[in-house]
Amino acid sequence: MIWDWGYAIEILPALLRGLLVTLLATLLGSLLAFTLGLVFAVVRRNRVPVLDPLVRAFVEFWRSTPLLVQAFLIFYVLPGYGITLSPLTAGVLALGLHYACYTSEVYRAGIDAVPRGQWEAATALSLPRSRVWLGVVLPQAVPRVLPALGNYVISMFKEVPLLLAIGVVEVVTVAQQLTAQSFSPVEPLTLAGLLFLLISYPASLAVRRLERRVGVV
Amino acid sequence: MIVFDGVEKRFGDNVVLSELDFTVRAGEHVTLIGPSGSGKTTILRLLMTLEKVNKGTIKVAGRYLSHMERRGKLVPADEKYSREVRKRIGMVFQQFNLFPNMTVRGNLIEGPTRVLGLSKDEANARAEDLLDLVGLRERIDEHPSRLSGGQQQRVAIARALAMRPDVLLLDEVTSALDPELVAGVLKLLRDIGESTDITILCVTHEMGFARDFSHRVMMFDGGRVIEDAPPDKLFTDPDHERTRSFLHAVLER
Amino acid sequence: MFDNLALIVGRLSEGLSTTVAAAVGGILLTVVFSLAAGLGMLSQVGVVRVVSRTYVEFFRGTSEIVQLFWIFFVLPALTGFRIVPLGAAILVLALNHGAYGGEIVRGAVQSVPRAQVEGAVALSLSPRDRMLRVILPQALVEMLPPFNNLFIQLLKSTSLLSLVVVAEITYIGQSLRANLPVAGQLTIYLVLLVMYLVLALLITAGMRWLERRAAARLGRTPRARTPGSRFQVGTAS
Repeated sequence: MIWDWGYAIEILPALLRGLLVTLLATLLGSLLAFTLGLVFAVVRRNRVPVLDPLVRAFVEFWRSTPLLVQAFLIFYVLPGYGITLSPLTAGVLALGLHYACYTSEVYRAGIDAVPRGQWEAATALSLPRSRVWLGVVLPQAVPRVLPALGNYVISMFKEVPLLLAIGVVEVVTVAQQLTAQSFSPVEPLTLAGLLFLLISYPASLAVRRLERRVGVV
Repeated sequence: MIVFDGVEKRFGDNVVLSELDFTVRAGEHVTLIGPSGSGKTTILRLLMTLEKVNKGTIKVAGRYLSHMERRGKLVPADEKYSREVRKRIGMVFQQFNLFPNMTVRGNLIEGPTRVLGLSKDEANARAEDLLDLVGLRERIDEHPSRLSGGQQQRVAIARALAMRPDVLLLDEVTSALDPELVAGVLKLLRDIGESTDITILCVTHEMGFARDFSHRVMMFDGGRVIEDAPPDKLFTDPDHERTRSFLHAVLER
Repeated sequence: MFDNLALIVGRLSEGLSTTVAAAVGGILLTVVFSLAAGLGMLSQVGVVRVVSRTYVEFFRGTSEIVQLFWIFFVLPALTGFRIVPLGAAILVLALNHGAYGGEIVRGAVQSVPRAQVEGAVALSLSPRDRMLRVILPQALVEMLPPFNNLFIQLLKSTSLLSLVVVAEITYIGQSLRANLPVAGQLTIYLVLLVMYLVLALLITAGMRWLERRAAARLGRTPRARTPGSRFQVGTAS
């Protein structure tokens, strides 16, 4: 087995720094996906006249097409229309938008699972619409879908490396750079792979534990 | 207080109510009885604006509920208008429908603070008084899931009363309860009936309760009022055969 | 924007056969790995269970891109083999998605009502027959919708092959970028997205057809789940 432990230990700090970027992109992308997905879900549930069919069409379209192409589109085409974004910003935007299409479906399932009687009781009390959503429905809908959201965060984390194609310097990018310097791809890529495993496996166990506690929608 | 005028309600091809006219005076207690699917619950749901009428109008306290007046014409009411008018109407549901993400206190003060504009203190004071009335004062900071069905229903009644409604709608409020808990809820309702002058419209299978509690009983079948009389008359000597056979079947317990 | 359209579509289409080949190959191999892993996780033999579970957790827990780069760059370095790009690509796609597919298979098999399994045991069917004749046909209907999503995921993953210089449509799209103005670039990406969408719709149509056939053999309409519906042991397959 060709494995140089000395080299491996030497490159670890650089890889870890790259991992931080990966984690950052995941965090920001998730925040965007959670918020935007909720907006989509509420728009669709309220059947807002013009927006509903638009959102629906967009979500279906965006979900079924590759994140990589979407990232290219955002990074390379927008500058032509005056919006120049850094690779990380474009990447986060692409991730957030793509995953919002998944989270919106998750939220919709959670909202649908709230018993009709809750809506009716809120109507009987004449609660204003905003209060019905914020005080009654969402507090019941969201906790139940947290495991599904958690799984999407983990998925996003594993997809971040494709952003290397638009210049984001995250852990796999670093691994490739190191390979280019040392001509040995083994240690950098294997370590990068192990780093992913070390984070996402425990994370998925945690999500599974959460599923058992919360019950699955 | 309540006026139904030529009301028709359809669900698809199924006509649940047709040409329904009736009036309820302020302070009256009216019970609706009849077989399932006869339209009784639909009437309550129309009053609570959970459904819309297909034809006809509904008025509550002199104001249109189902419609609003625009430039001298009647048009179907929009959400904002409905919300205004139905503030004076409260409903207690068969499945209680308490908000599980709030404590009992939270459930009780939600309406008064968010809709009626009471301050937190006023709402809390009102909540505490109402819980005294229903006998659950000490459970005020617990979550509904820790209460029995009967207790939850009593909280639901308190929640409806917290809005100080002019009209209270009771939709089979004891049907989902264990038999031994039913009596407690019915007693509470009797007390409320005696101590307030809220207009009460009640759908129930509890005939004994209907008899004691109501000023009038309306027998429904197939979307129409078959008979409308004081309980003494209706229960002992109904005019209509359908009423007779229904009562016979139901009281055969 | 539209003057280039025909040109762009034409050039991109040259990559279609590669995309489709990778997708179809990937899907077929995924089915194999999914069945192996899914049934493996349910095996009576402890070793088989452990190996299957390890495979699933490993490939689900690591990034597909890392897997791709590893097979394309590290494996040759370690073993000295020259890899065949398309073949290696299909292998990675299948290994990755087969792991997720394994979970789908496992879940579907476990969702077949116990009563059905017990009925088969009572009829003294061999374990092999139990699985093939009773359990899998019923599990199949449950599996198809999630597999539909998984296969579309796989299709989307073929775009990653552009990063390892496989000449599928995304790679060609990127290569066209250089000489075009912004409007042209927009066209490229939009056309790409539409192409993927069309392929995804084809996959869904195919899966729906399979669902109908699978459900018909059980005597029910798809997605109308009735427990213990009419099922005949020994239905001709």
